Amino acid sequence: MKDITPTSGRGFLDYAPAPESTSILHLRDSYGLFIDGEFREGTGGSFATISPATEKHIAEIANASEADVDLAVAAARRAYEKTWSRMSGVDRGKYLFRIARLVQERARELAVAESLDNGKPIKESRDTDIPLVAAWFFYYAGWADKLDYAGLGANPRPHGVAAQIIPWNFPLLMLAWKIAPALATGNTVVLKPAETTPLTALLFAEILQQADLPPGVVNIVTGAGETGQALVRHPDVDKVAFTGSTAVGREIAKTIAGTRKKATLELGGKAANIVFDDAPIDQAVEGIVNGIFFNQGHVCCAGSRLLVQESIHDEVVDRLKQRLTTLRLGDPLDKNTDIGAINSAEQLERIRRLSEIGEQEGAERWSAPCDIPENGFWFAPTVFTNVQTSSTIAREEIFGPVLSVLTFRTPAEAVAKANNTPYGLSAGIWSDKGSKILAVADKLRAGVIWANTFNRFDPASPFGGYKESGYGREGGRHGLGAYLQPATTAVAPKGASK
Amino acid sequence: MSRLSIPKTYKLYIGGKFPRSESGRSYEITGADGAFLANASLASRKDARDAVVAARAAVSGWAGATAYNRGQVLYRVAEVLEGRRAQFVEELRASEGLTAAEAARQVDETIDTWVWYAGWADKFVQVAGAGNPVAGPFFNLSVPEPTGVVAIVAPQGEGSLLGLVRVVAPALVAGNAVVVVADERHPLSAISLAEVLATSDVPGGVVNVLTGSPAEIVPWLASHADVNALDLTGAGELEWVDLEIAAAETLKRVLRPEPGVPAATLDRILAFTETKTVWHTKSLI
Repeated sequence: MKDITPTSGRGFLDYAPAPESTSILHLRDSYGLFIDGEFREGTGGSFATISPATEKHIAEIANASEADVDLAVAAARRAYEKTWSRMSGVDRGKYLFRIARLVQERARELAVAESLDNGKPIKESRDTDIPLVAAWFFYYAGWADKLDYAGLGANPRPHGVAAQIIPWNFPLLMLAWKIAPALATGNTVVLKPAETTPLTALLFAEILQQADLPPGVVNIVTGAGETGQALVRHPDVDKVAFTGSTAVGREIAKTIAGTRKKATLELGGKAANIVFDDAPIDQAVEGIVNGIFFNQGHVCCAGSRLLVQESIHDEVVDRLKQRLTTLRLGDPLDKNTDIGAINSAEQLERIRRLSEIGEQEGAERWSAPCDIPENGFWFAPTVFTNVQTSSTIAREEIFGPVLSVLTFRTPAEAVAKANNTPYGLSAGIWSDKGSKILAVADKLRAGVIWANTFNRFDPASPFGGYKESGYGREGGRHGLGAYLQPATTAVAPKGASK
Repeated sequence: MSRLSIPKTYKLYIGGKFPRSESGRSYEITGADGAFLANASLASRKDARDAVVAARAAVSGWAGATAYNRGQVLYRVAEVLEGRRAQFVEELRASEGLTAAEAARQVDETIDTWVWYAGWADKFVQVAGAGNPVAGPFFNLSVPEPTGVVAIVAPQGEGSLLGLVRVVAPALVAGNAVVVVADERHPLSAISLAEVLATSDVPGGVVNVLTGSPAEIVPWLASHADVNALDLTGAGELEWVDLEIAAAETLKRVLRPEPGVPAATLDRILAFTETKTVWHTKSLI
């Protein structure tokens, strides 16, 4: 019988490299800011975007200054007043359908660019990110002329100019989550991509030109935190939508306090993935892997706390480790790669630091045996067992391929431990018993709950958190509410107000 | 021979009980004509914290009650209020200086507001929830759930009873527990309403009523980490921007101030709900 133990030089797992070619990309050496329908020079200098897998330079990116942000907001305001808010929903929808089709047509190119700039495996950008981007635009395209059914009464109104700030973990997908509902509802947009992953947003700007979207309806300003702050603070912004850390979300909430600005905040998480002893174990192990090692664990809703029923702890952990030894870490552009690069040196440092704290606090660390490439930022899939609820790695969001394993005995204990966090974004439940799943789902304080699956996303399905994971929903009919207000303000009360 | 009346002692309403302020403080409430009406409790920071503890303890039971049951309890409030209609009319006349007709109109609207919101308890989930047609073998359902503990600044200055109910009742519909700071100058009907709540099967702690100075108490509620949401409807005269900033520290849901008595709307129910989306796998057969 053939030896298939992974320790023997991988054996059956050896594959010839199968890298996706980058020849499909036609990148420029440098990119300006996309304002009022065209690329223009920024006035705040520039920065480089690199491939986290090789640390090689990809392109020079303009750093938007406060003056540049001002121009972008002014362009968005003009487009809102003169064009977009006056256009019929039918026509807004047609533009979004065009964008959806263009994304599909250029899907391969976008997937390669995303993996190059972000470090995520091409199979994820190709099969998850980019198809969902197209799906998001298709879904909201169809809403544009049906807003009377959005749940805010007849003739709901857009807010105006939306400032949108997105993270680096799903660059183009987060752009789609933000831009599609904003445009469908008649808002105009100034969007800031993350400074480590601006590339696909700039390719998307070219798609907008191909779609002949009226100038100023979408403006893209690249830069770091200061650019984002200038955007959030800008007095002519009506709506702020942010996805990122709870710390930054808190600052945004403080910044817009006392203004007319509305906010949607999609922040951090520390999701519990609860495995009961009656779960289908093989599926659960796949789900645990998908829950925390998908996208290198750079997922706000990642199942980073595994709560496993005590009686099956050893079996689950053994099988999990066995499964992790089969994951291939390496070139994100290789179609066989399961685990890509950590997005940045800074993030890698954070993951390392928190993992060291995990060890210092007494948890047992195990990492999958894999060859770490010489250049770039990498972290092997890691599992901590014997983790206490008070451990730092059970409380803080690591945002990397690091799983903390805790145990429970009863459903009530599982619920108590799952809810023992200031976060409340997502959770997973694994059991063959539907009634148990629904009862536990009822008691979990989290915005998205996956039963016998994990990390599923769909444009028709609302996404967003409880507690300090933020507020507002993206996706589905609920996602429209974030960008609309009722036609009239509340009717003045009768009677008592003499 | 005329009978000597027995004035009521107005106290706080915390955890289903009527304690005096732990601080021992009270303040004078006068009528529209300046005449002394009563001493109200001047709630302190500690009273506010006790109220949050009571509210937190009450959330799971109230949120876990069936929607039908919550609707019945809220309707019961209207019934009991109707029976004490004359008392509230008199109290409003004395404290707000209303005519008998004006006071009666406010009480009637208050009762009707309870009835309107009670009816929503087993319906708003159907209106605000959704079955989502996701592209895969999943049963996918979104439902609104209560946010948790809601701290509320009741409208100040006029319509003290109706204003209070227009902010408290909608938060209760979904299953939240409430800590409300009453109209500072006209707090008496708020405490009388608490007596109605205490005898209407509303579990203790679901509604907690504080009287006193909103400027003194609300900052402690805005910064309290176990408060999930802050309704600043009646906070227009306070330093409410600071309150919103304090609330941001734990990312509380915040409703900004609005003048007068707010209308009864479904939006007010939904303002203190969270949408939970559950994906349940369907097996392939």
